[in-house]
Amino acid sequence: MRGGAGKPVATILAFAAAYLVVGLVVRNQYYQLMLTLVLVWAIMGVSWNVFSGYSGLVSFGHASFFGLGAYTVALFLVKLDLTPWIGIPLGMLVGVAAGVMIGYPTFRLRGVYFALAMLAYPLALLYIFEWLGYQEVALPMKREAPAAYMQFPDHRAYIVIALAMLIAAMLVSLRIERSRFGLSLTAIKQNEWAAEASGIDALHWKMKAIMLSGAIAAAAGGFYAVVLLVVTPPSVFGMLTSAQALIVTLFGGVATVWGPVVGSVILIPLAEILHAELGDKIPGIQGVVFGAAIVLVILVAPEGVVPKVRDAFARRKRRGAARPALDEPVAAVVATRRAASDEVLLRVTNLSRSFGGLRAVQDVSFEVRKGEVLGIIGPNGAGKTTLFNVLNGFIRPDAGEVVFRGKALTRLKPNEVCALGIGRTFQVMRPFPRMRVLDNVVVGAFVADADDERALAAARDALARVGLTAYADAVAGGLTTLELRQMELARAIASRPKLLLADETLAGLGAQEIDRLLATLGALASAGLTIVIIEHTMQAMVRLADRFVVLDHGAVLAAGKPEEVTRDPKVIEAYLGKRWMARAEH
Amino acid sequence: MSPSLVLLENVLQALTAGLLIGSVYALMCVGLGLIFGVMRVINFAQGEFLMLGMYGTLYAYTWLALGRLLGPFVGPIVGAVIAGIVVYFAGILLHRYLLARVTGIKVAGSEGEGHYPQLILTLGLSLILSNAGLIVFGSTPENIRTPLSATAWEIGPLAADHVSIFLNKARSVAFLVSVGVAIALFLFITRTRIGKMLRAAADNPEAATYMGIDVERAHRIAFGLGCAITAVAGGLVATYYPFQPYVGLEFVIIMYAGVVLGGMGSIGGAFWGGLTIGLVQQLSTLVLPLQLQNTAIFVVFLLIMMLRPEGLFGRNVERA
Repeated sequence: MRGGAGKPVATILAFAAAYLVVGLVVRNQYYQLMLTLVLVWAIMGVSWNVFSGYSGLVSFGHASFFGLGAYTVALFLVKLDLTPWIGIPLGMLVGVAAGVMIGYPTFRLRGVYFALAMLAYPLALLYIFEWLGYQEVALPMKREAPAAYMQFPDHRAYIVIALAMLIAAMLVSLRIERSRFGLSLTAIKQNEWAAEASGIDALHWKMKAIMLSGAIAAAAGGFYAVVLLVVTPPSVFGMLTSAQALIVTLFGGVATVWGPVVGSVILIPLAEILHAELGDKIPGIQGVVFGAAIVLVILVAPEGVVPKVRDAFARRKRRGAARPALDEPVAAVVATRRAASDEVLLRVTNLSRSFGGLRAVQDVSFEVRKGEVLGIIGPNGAGKTTLFNVLNGFIRPDAGEVVFRGKALTRLKPNEVCALGIGRTFQVMRPFPRMRVLDNVVVGAFVADADDERALAAARDALARVGLTAYADAVAGGLTTLELRQMELARAIASRPKLLLADETLAGLGAQEIDRLLATLGALASAGLTIVIIEHTMQAMVRLADRFVVLDHGAVLAAGKPEEVTRDPKVIEAYLGKRWMARAEH
Repeated sequence: MSPSLVLLENVLQALTAGLLIGSVYALMCVGLGLIFGVMRVINFAQGEFLMLGMYGTLYAYTWLALGRLLGPFVGPIVGAVIAGIVVYFAGILLHRYLLARVTGIKVAGSEGEGHYPQLILTLGLSLILSNAGLIVFGSTPENIRTPLSATAWEIGPLAADHVSIFLNKARSVAFLVSVGVAIALFLFITRTRIGKMLRAAADNPEAATYMGIDVERAHRIAFGLGCAITAVAGGLVATYYPFQPYVGLEFVIIMYAGVVLGGMGSIGGAFWGGLTIGLVQQLSTLVLPLQLQNTAIFVVFLLIMMLRPEGLFGRNVERA
């Protein structure tokens, strides 16, 4: 999240003013139409970007919304004599409704499946509207009161209206980019599991995005009907409509406010002029231009024109920045034993989960007391991570109960579990790689703070507690394992959890790095955080954990104080014994 | 004739038509399925290769006077095979100079984001090919007219005196050729050295590389072959269905539906999936108006994706 929206808004208004001047000066009706169409496709691109650009769910079906908007305006005007001034807002409502009806079933699909399913909607609608007998709906001319029906003899009026709509759409897009809306979508795009575990309700944000996107696309479609005065199913539901929205955005730069506008300003006039000059001799030239543009972008600058230019400028300005140093360790030594509490924070009873024939977790029961550090140890494949996945809602158990502060968890989604006060980190780290470290952590803070500014403050605080303040502006993808582990910790504690589930936080680290993380974890525990930590080696854990639960083949083998557990013959035989045997052989 | 006999005849007729048309759908699905199975690429431009197959067959048939030389049965088939060979080399070139840049081992092994560049690249390719088709071939619908297009064999009477099935001759020939080509491909993939190379590259591209298999070459062959097979199917469709340069879009959803139904990644599944789509399309005409035939396919396509994305016949390749 970046504060201060003054400058971007000023840039948008400056662009609009310049465009308006050009629009008012141009006298040729054909060029006026072209200037209008550039804006229509820019709005359509913004619509596509608001949904697909930020969420990463590629839609090949935005023509659905465009076409529904166009037909709403046309049919209301023809059948009920309703002016487009009301028809377009009505069309936007239809777009929102279509967003709900398309989004709800289709969000169950991922990746290419989602993209393919979206392709089917507008094509199905195309045939349905043809079957309904609306092969060609002409908008009647209203000579008695043209302005009341959005019909203007002076076509410059359309440029003004379209410009106003585009400014509104861009402001919406800007607002999304700078709020938890955009950051949540970006987090979902980069790692949906991590976003869910950090308290982001993925379905909620996706629905919101497709509804908003549907409304904007329907507005563009409705206006398109007013400008062209005739609506046919292929022209509004056709493949090229969906493709153009996607292409102007990808060409200009995906997930940027300016991308769709820049793409549209470059591509639409190019295609239109070629069509006008050569259209009678070379009929399909527009499609070739769009196709070639998108092939070129994918091969040469997959991120699009706007980011490419921005990067070129940034590279010129960048100084040789040295790698920032980690903050001084929070506490040099591991904190001393904490006062044991009798209050049970989390109670797990007879929990079981199988995958096919493999019983990953079987009949596991234990409890976590408030303020303690509980180590869950066991060899690889003992079911530790599966246990965590059940606890935080990734996986439903086959049987058993999990009760956290009086609430049953087993039917909750990961983001709901997080909202109740359980944070988690991952064994295989799940950062949002192309986001700044601070933004990664802010995503975690959203669930606890309804206010974006407060969430930002909480994130900075969390970064300070793990010692990563100097890295706040670094991109997460460039961090080392230790730094990523620290960042995941910060993201988890930013939601101010009562309980932290740390999954092999020490894995893959050197001895000094382990010391450092142990100090951080110890400090967090001393500050009152209850921690359940998974490890498969005991050495480091003895210095941190108050109690151990030992898992083997999915079942609890032993539980108790470290010194008791390490002396338990079952543990030695099943777990330590193997290693000692291995060592003895060498 | 009593109403129940009329219904019986209609159902039988729809079933046979579904089987005949479905077999050609099955063949084009096999082409798309082969490309996805080996490269993990969803080829958006597959419909355009179908279109190229149609025009290729048309021009081969008329320019080489295949109808006069080889007769109405063999002529179009030879035309379709020639078109298939031409499209094979076009596919090879497109892979070498375009697709290879955004596909390969890294993408084949990954799920999710890695696939978008190729999806969008092939979308661009689809736009270029269909509109270039418009420029080169013109927008007038074409047709490969043979005496077979409008004649039929009668099977029956099967029940009572009037219930018979009519087999359109062009569609019947297309059916036989489709099944033949599919069997030939099956034998090629299971029996030959190159076929084994393709399967190894599909199964685990990285391991295949370690075994000395040129995965990029495997991908190129799969892409060329996949395009060629769909083009042959297009040539067969052209004998009984009028076409224009945008015809690809009508069929590309049918192909996706068939491949998803059969389980993405399974080539045999793609065949059965395509056949099922043909049956669904023809049987839907019993209850739905003709214009909604394709809508019925889209609905089936969406339902399959929602309810059984792993397909009815194959294994799911998308891992969580």
